[in-house]
Amino acid sequence: MAGIKVNLISHQKLESMSTDEKIDFILKEVKQGEVLVLERGLTPEEQSKLIEKTMEEINPGKFIGIEIEGYREEGKLSWLQKALGKIRPPRMTVIGPADKLKTVHRDNDVIKTVIFGR
Amino acid sequence: MGLLGKLKAALQSIFGKKHVRIGIYGPPNAGKTTLANRIARDWSGDVVGSVSEIPHETRRAQKKDNVVIKNGNSSLTIDIIDTPGIATKVDFHEFMEHGLNEEDSRRRAKEATEGVIEAIRWLDNVDGVILLMDSTKNPFTQVNVTIIGNLEARDLPVLIAANKIDLDGSTPATIKSAFPQHDVVPISALTGYNIEMLYEVMVKLFGKARRK
Ligand SMILES: Nc1nc2c(ncn2[C@@H]2O[C@H](COP(=O)(O)OP(=O)(O)OP(=O)(O)O)[C@@H](O)[C@H]2O)c(=O)[nH]1
Ligand SMILES: [Mg+2]
Repeated sequence: MAGIKVNLISHQKLESMSTDEKIDFILKEVKQGEVLVLERGLTPEEQSKLIEKTMEEINPGKFIGIEIEGYREEGKLSWLQKALGKIRPPRMTVIGPADKLKTVHRDNDVIKTVIFGR
Repeated sequence: MGLLGKLKAALQSIFGKKHVRIGIYGPPNAGKTTLANRIARDWSGDVVGSVSEIPHETRRAQKKDNVVIKNGNSSLTIDIIDTPGIATKVDFHEFMEHGLNEEDSRRRAKEATEGVIEAIRWLDNVDGVILLMDSTKNPFTQVNVTIIGNLEARDLPVLIAANKIDLDGSTPATIKSAFPQHDVVPISALTGYNIEMLYEVMVKLFGKARRK
């Protein structure tokens, strides 16, 4: 039976990493064709860094980029929390190679994706 | 801020004269350059860049300085940055489907990836953003979420423009429901429909922006 592999990554696994380490880890997996579901996703800054790094790594015929979908952070921070450097924790996020993972539906509460075998 | 800068800011707050740098952001093909051209043409008589139905037409950020926008008694001077569309993937085959040959498609793809990086880097150098979305498309995308998240983290004012409302199947209300905490103005950058409303909200929202 041909199966489809999905890796569920706990937040503890990513928590101990620096931003660069997280992005290197994610891109290395995704370039090998892995689909990752992050228990807690990336901060907006990490998301844009990941997009930048993805752009650098795009290689025609081999790697066309990533598909990534995650829920928006909840709630709002007070100015005091912001001043103390608090950020809203990121939420569940799915990331995979763009030629393998396709989003078929997304709204505020539901993300539906299809994974193609490769 | 030096003494001169402080004095300038104080005078600005009294007389409401403001000069801010505004980035136009969004996914490829949303109509960013069409809007930049319209703003520039309406207020200064120039154009900013070329427009195309093929995505990633803009692959370097384009700047138009000192555009003065008026709304009633208040005015706002902006430097417009028309940025390359932001995407998480770029596949040269897509450009071949639009009729470009392989060599041109590969070059366009390479330049497009560099354009995305440039657009993201400009986020550190703008005072406010017009985030343009194609209102015939699903607004719940990672590109939109990532752009908004970065603006919120930087405390930058963002105005969402729901573009292409001249088209059948355009649903600006979906954009409002996706991002309820932000101003959403439905427009057609192509026909100019409701563009006065955009200018009004721009002067109000970006007039309060802090200058970098
Ligand atoms: N119907 C309609 N078409 C529009 C509107 N605005 C832009 N377009 C069309 O959408 C296509 C893309 O427009 P551009 O202005 O090049 O889009 P862009 O966001 O600058 O795209 P990139 O530079 O590739 O990121 C062109 O064919 C435009 O004519 C609009 O309000 N209505
Ligand atoms: Mg453009």
